[in-house]
Amino acid sequence: MPYSDKVLEHYNNPRNVGSFDAQDPSVGTGLVGAPECGDVMRLQIKVNPGTGVIEDAKFKTFGCGSAIASSSLATEWLKGKTVDEALGIKNTEIVEELALPPVKVHCSVLAEDAIKAAIANYQQKQDAEVPADAAAEPVGV
Amino acid sequence: MTAKMPVYMDNNATTRTDPRVVDAMLPYFLEKFGNSASRNHPFGWEAEAAVEDGREQIAALIGASAKEVIFTSGATESNNLAIKGVAAMYKKKGNHVVTQATEHKAVLDTCKRLERDGYQVTYLPVDQYGRVSAEQVREAITDKTVLVSIMAANNEIGTLQPIKAIGRLCKEKGVLFHTDAVQVVGKVPVDVEDMGIDLLSLSAHKMYGPKGIGALYVRKKDPRVRLEPQIDGGGHERGMRSGTLPVPLIVGLGKASELCRLEMAEESQRTFRLRERLRSKIMGELPESYLNGHPEERLPGNANISFAYVEGEGLMMGIKDVAVSSGSACTSASLEPSYVLRALGVGDELAHSSIRFGIGRFNTEAEVDFVADLVVREVSRLREMSPLYEMAQQGIDLKKIEWAHH
Repeated sequence: MPYSDKVLEHYNNPRNVGSFDAQDPSVGTGLVGAPECGDVMRLQIKVNPGTGVIEDAKFKTFGCGSAIASSSLATEWLKGKTVDEALGIKNTEIVEELALPPVKVHCSVLAEDAIKAAIANYQQKQDAEVPADAAAEPVGV
Repeated sequence: MTAKMPVYMDNNATTRTDPRVVDAMLPYFLEKFGNSASRNHPFGWEAEAAVEDGREQIAALIGASAKEVIFTSGATESNNLAIKGVAAMYKKKGNHVVTQATEHKAVLDTCKRLERDGYQVTYLPVDQYGRVSAEQVREAITDKTVLVSIMAANNEIGTLQPIKAIGRLCKEKGVLFHTDAVQVVGKVPVDVEDMGIDLLSLSAHKMYGPKGIGALYVRKKDPRVRLEPQIDGGGHERGMRSGTLPVPLIVGLGKASELCRLEMAEESQRTFRLRERLRSKIMGELPESYLNGHPEERLPGNANISFAYVEGEGLMMGIKDVAVSSGSACTSASLEPSYVLRALGVGDELAHSSIRFGIGRFNTEAEVDFVADLVVREVSRLREMSPLYEMAQQGIDLKKIEWAHH
């Protein structure tokens, strides 16, 4: 299957690969997908609690080139957005930016799910207040 | 010596036509263009002689006689003709066919059609290496069984089936035995007499011949196998397969067969050495890489390896200068991982992580070394990018996580 230049660019030079401490109350972690389905994305955001701005984002992805590119792009777009703005990111925008073919649309859906899961995790931690590390963590992250 | 890019290492999918084969074919496009069925002029005689010479070469490679070779468009057609042709011809005798789970779709889907037409088909399960046993076949045969169809070697994992034991059993039981032998002919010695094979499918493009031509071996005595033709017309090929013979392609298949017969012993040793060099380099460097298929009973040039925590299509993108295949769902339109690996009990996550390397006549040691180094580098890079790898390193049991299946 031919890949778009943008997918190749993200695949060869992925942005923001890595991890934050999932126990940090300012960090939200989203882990979506399943190994048996051939893709798993873990997307993490680091939020400034005062401003609600996402100051940093990181990802790790098990999947095809389009899945890696979708999550790499998502971390780029997340940085500098408020949590509310980030919730507005749509998978269709990722499809458009990366020129994903129909068979790869599910990669963009997974990236949107990962964003929403990371934000939900961050918000849960905020709502739970203290002790932060007792908040509902995704298992295993 | 360095490898020339891109490196072709997908010889289970197709092979490059040997230049010697092309040279043999060329005159039959140009000056020797006659129809082999034209009995009244030299153009026809010349074409017919070439066809019969090709038939002899194929027969010599598999221990058959020339009259037992029926030309087809390829192994898909051969498989269809063998299975449907036998099922229809022996309908009064019985309606049961035995095959196994990891056959090529040309066999499985043909059997599915038979089922829709009222036949019974038994799909034998395979062991963890992809093998069936003659004992399983024995247990599956009933007094209604007219055909056993078991491939000689699997196209994805390279596992060789115990063809001789199955062939002998079928003889003992009086049941016809068909084998899809596309992956072994020209690479592993095949003798239809010694192995008790009644019908055998082969394809030129898997053995350095041209695409678009194959053959079906149909036993002529002990027993004489009869087939209901699937294509009607001028009654070519003893009435079993009508259609003007593609003389240049037949010449190509004949030449390819001759080269395989003369060079197979040496060539298989060479491809085996190259495959072992590739496999041991890769698996020696990368922990948690697993060979799919049988460790010894496999095609000399085939290595199918799963790399835990790395998705196959993602890896293929990283080794884009190398042509290989993956059992990953992402390489198929169905989004399902390889049914062959599933049949072995390889988990879906490892099926998604599999790469098939197919080494052939034209691969070099420099290519093998280049590919091994590249695979090790890219798997390591992608593991650093994989959340599963990180979790496994932290001692988390990935099987205990409740994944959101999508």
